[in-house]
Amino acid sequence: MNAAAVLTQLFAVIVAVAAAPLFLGWVNVCRAWLQNRRAPPLAQPYRTIGKLLHKEAVLAHDVSPLFRFAPYAIFGSMATAAAIIPALGLDLPFARAADAIALVGLFATARVFAALAAMDTGTAFGTLGARREMMLGFLAEPALLMVFFTASLIAGSTELPVIAGTHQSHTLAVHPSLAFAAIAFLMVLLAENARIPVDNPSTHLELTMIHEAMVLEYSARHLALIEWAAALKLFNYACMGFALFLPWGVAVDLASPPVLAGALAVLAAKLLLAGAALALIETVNAKIRIFRAPEFLAFAFMLAVLGLLVRLLVQE
Amino acid sequence: MAEPAVLLNAALVVVAGWLAVGAAGLLRPHATALIARLLFPLGALGSIVLTAVGLAALSAPPATRILPIGLPDLPLHLRLDPLAAFFLFLLGSASTGISVFGAGYFRAGAGTSPGLLCLQYHVFLATMAMVLLADDAYAFMVAWESMALASYFLVTTQHRIGAIRGAGFLYLLLAHVGAIAILLCFGVLQGGSWQFTFDAMRGADLDATRATLAFALALLGFGAKAGLVPLHVWLPEAHPAAPSPVSALMSGVMLKTAAYGLLRVTLDLLPFPLWHWGAALLALGLFSALFGVIFAAVQTDMKRLLAYSSIENLGIVFAGSGLALLFHAERMPLPAALALAATLYHCLNHAMFKSLLFLATGSVLHATGERNLGRLGGLIRRMPWVAWTALVGTLAIAGLPPLNGFVSEWLLLQALLLTPEVPRPFMNMLVPLGASLLALTAALAAYVMVKFYGVIFLGQMREPALADAHDCGRLERLGLLWLALACVLLGLLPAPVLGLLDGVSAELLGASLVHPQASSVWKLVPLSAERASYSPLVFLLGIVALLGASALVATRVYRRRVRRAPPWDCGFPHQDARMQDTAEGFGQPIRHIFAPFFRMHRELPSPLDAVPQYRVTVEDRFWSLLYLPLARLVTRAARLVGGIQQGRIAVYLLYSFLTLLVLLVIVL
Repeated sequence: MNAAAVLTQLFAVIVAVAAAPLFLGWVNVCRAWLQNRRAPPLAQPYRTIGKLLHKEAVLAHDVSPLFRFAPYAIFGSMATAAAIIPALGLDLPFARAADAIALVGLFATARVFAALAAMDTGTAFGTLGARREMMLGFLAEPALLMVFFTASLIAGSTELPVIAGTHQSHTLAVHPSLAFAAIAFLMVLLAENARIPVDNPSTHLELTMIHEAMVLEYSARHLALIEWAAALKLFNYACMGFALFLPWGVAVDLASPPVLAGALAVLAAKLLLAGAALALIETVNAKIRIFRAPEFLAFAFMLAVLGLLVRLLVQE
Repeated sequence: MAEPAVLLNAALVVVAGWLAVGAAGLLRPHATALIARLLFPLGALGSIVLTAVGLAALSAPPATRILPIGLPDLPLHLRLDPLAAFFLFLLGSASTGISVFGAGYFRAGAGTSPGLLCLQYHVFLATMAMVLLADDAYAFMVAWESMALASYFLVTTQHRIGAIRGAGFLYLLLAHVGAIAILLCFGVLQGGSWQFTFDAMRGADLDATRATLAFALALLGFGAKAGLVPLHVWLPEAHPAAPSPVSALMSGVMLKTAAYGLLRVTLDLLPFPLWHWGAALLALGLFSALFGVIFAAVQTDMKRLLAYSSIENLGIVFAGSGLALLFHAERMPLPAALALAATLYHCLNHAMFKSLLFLATGSVLHATGERNLGRLGGLIRRMPWVAWTALVGTLAIAGLPPLNGFVSEWLLLQALLLTPEVPRPFMNMLVPLGASLLALTAALAAYVMVKFYGVIFLGQMREPALADAHDCGRLERLGLLWLALACVLLGLLPAPVLGLLDGVSAELLGASLVHPQASSVWKLVPLSAERASYSPLVFLLGIVALLGASALVATRVYRRRVRRAPPWDCGFPHQDARMQDTAEGFGQPIRHIFAPFFRMHRELPSPLDAVPQYRVTVEDRFWSLLYLPLARLVTRAARLVGGIQQGRIAVYLLYSFLTLLVLLVIVL
């Protein structure tokens, strides 16, 4: 492990943390355009986070230290996830410490902390949100794992950089199993990031909330970190999708500045397109009832398992 | 490095010591202080010694010994090999924490006197060690049955309560059904040589049919002990009935003797492995795991919830051993060693976190007198020691990195990912479905544990009486800390643990997982670095660094003080503790999604009720589909047999005469 690799690793994390709110802003802008609304500024998520960081924090009387610790744990998990996902380059020294299964575990850790913190307040909406979030989680997590397994059976490894590298090298080989996996992954992305049709990120109706209900009791810096972590989660999911299904343009070695600039440009282009696509999906779909969400995710799970079976049947 | 024979002797000394400690308890059966301050810590000392012995014997060659105890011409054959050493290590390390906790926990009360309890507890420990050391069928069966009896008496400590006597009886019944199956299994295994030492069984000449019969009997016998579905019904009844340290011991350690027995018979005593045994074991194990976790999610009693979660974890263990068997039968030594390592690792992990959580429920029970999740809540503010150590156990059992539950899950998933290489066209496709079931189970386990922890320790107190709850005592804290530390260490240092397990896989499978060039203390590389690696310490360091950085930035930028206020809850002013989600509420999505698994009765209130009541009961379908018909059949058969009972001596003489006639006809 050399200094250059550590620096690029650090750079990748900083890029992810810094760019995540921008990506969220872009999705919001696209949504507004598609829905004939006047778009908020691209930098609105930054402004929100900055505003929250300067507000007075209010804590419920009898919350435990767990409640105050959870936002940091959630943010830390998401930032660590950004260090594992090969968004810019394949040469990530930290990615050797944790593979795709550990990445799924990391997302689960963040989810469990969020749910525990929501239960800590002991309010009706907090516990309701925790239950719903865990319900979506136990359906989405195995689906995500199956998507990773399909990809890792092709690559013969569960290390994300190796998977992305393998998919990069067979440029023209089309894997039918990956098509199933991609649809399943998209559905998991929508559910896990509280997007329409499963949840609505801009909802103001408490009874339909999932993610928002969990974080109702947070304010100021805690809320800022949670919002930032949510943006980072969306960014991470997008980058995971790129690593699995569109790995082209990710640099093998980030050492030289032109390569780095190229990788950044490709990532920016991919994110622009992905953000627009996400906004389109959210615009043309209606939010489903919460009782239908398990069916939605069970379908994603089935698709992912089918992808795995197709992979084994066809032996591409 | 100590001599193997010395290690075996040391283990026997510990066993004898435990028996002596137990007997000493009988001398002054009501001297609670003496028993708590002296005898239980002495027992814990024995556990520590046994831990060291197990650790040392893991890499030592096997040692054998013949003890001339018991019937004439039937001495006890004992053997300490790496497999037994691993389970002795598990027994020692888990029971250290449990005994220390027990020293602070047991006190005089209704039911069995402390002295008798001390005897039963230590006999239970000693017989579990003897099960692991036994090297012939007689010694094994004697130890196995004594273990069942000792635990039966422990379960029925509160024998004045009818439901507990019922639970104990059910446990005893299934333990005996299992024991008969194991006895028959040994009968098949001796293969006509009528030699009942394990050594003779290893060399016995069995054909595939007989071997399969022996496997099926072992599966039945050990499955009954492990709570494999459909033989699981005793587990959710017996574990909650016992005092919490005993529940911890039963769930954390005794269930593992079933895993030990299964591994001993399938990988050691049976002459060859067959792939369909592995497949059967894998399917049954995965079904048990899913079944257990789904039922755990709808429980409203905290100890029943943990008992169902034990069914889940033992299902994972059985699935792992099935996978190891499958790979072994297909002559794939490395994947087999990986699956075996995952199985053993999960046994060890489950022993730690499940004991920890059962002990935590014991402290909660002592502090509040309440087992019903509907009357708990908010205890993190009254019982911080219990709550924070239980949090470690909760996160570990939920399979979250970097704690120990994740490591075994990771290893097992890695092993499952190798199944497409199995050269059997049907298997290599079905087994990845197993991976999906395992993933679903693991994700559901997180759901269950959030429910468990959140409802007991977080939120507002559901009863006013909880405000008087007290934290546990000093010894209890020590016991909890020991187990929590074990969860953390087993999670952070998987590579050295895997190195220790290597002796077992070398003994049973003749394969070694350890690559000196790839693995190091902080990096786990089970097969090759290209394939997968996991370094929990680096991982933890990364999380902590980023977490710390975010905290630093947030507190630097943030310049205001923190204000305390009532919870907002969207501005609703009249909230009380009853508006939180209950355990039933948390189970609702599971009841909805997995409805076919349950037999549900629901009573819904009508809008006109003055005092609306809502009631839902969830039952196991196996009761109505399997056990009740079976019980009816037995009753009917008993009544038929009872028909020949006339109560007149002349009729009985007639029976004897007829029997004699029939026998004479047969003989002549």
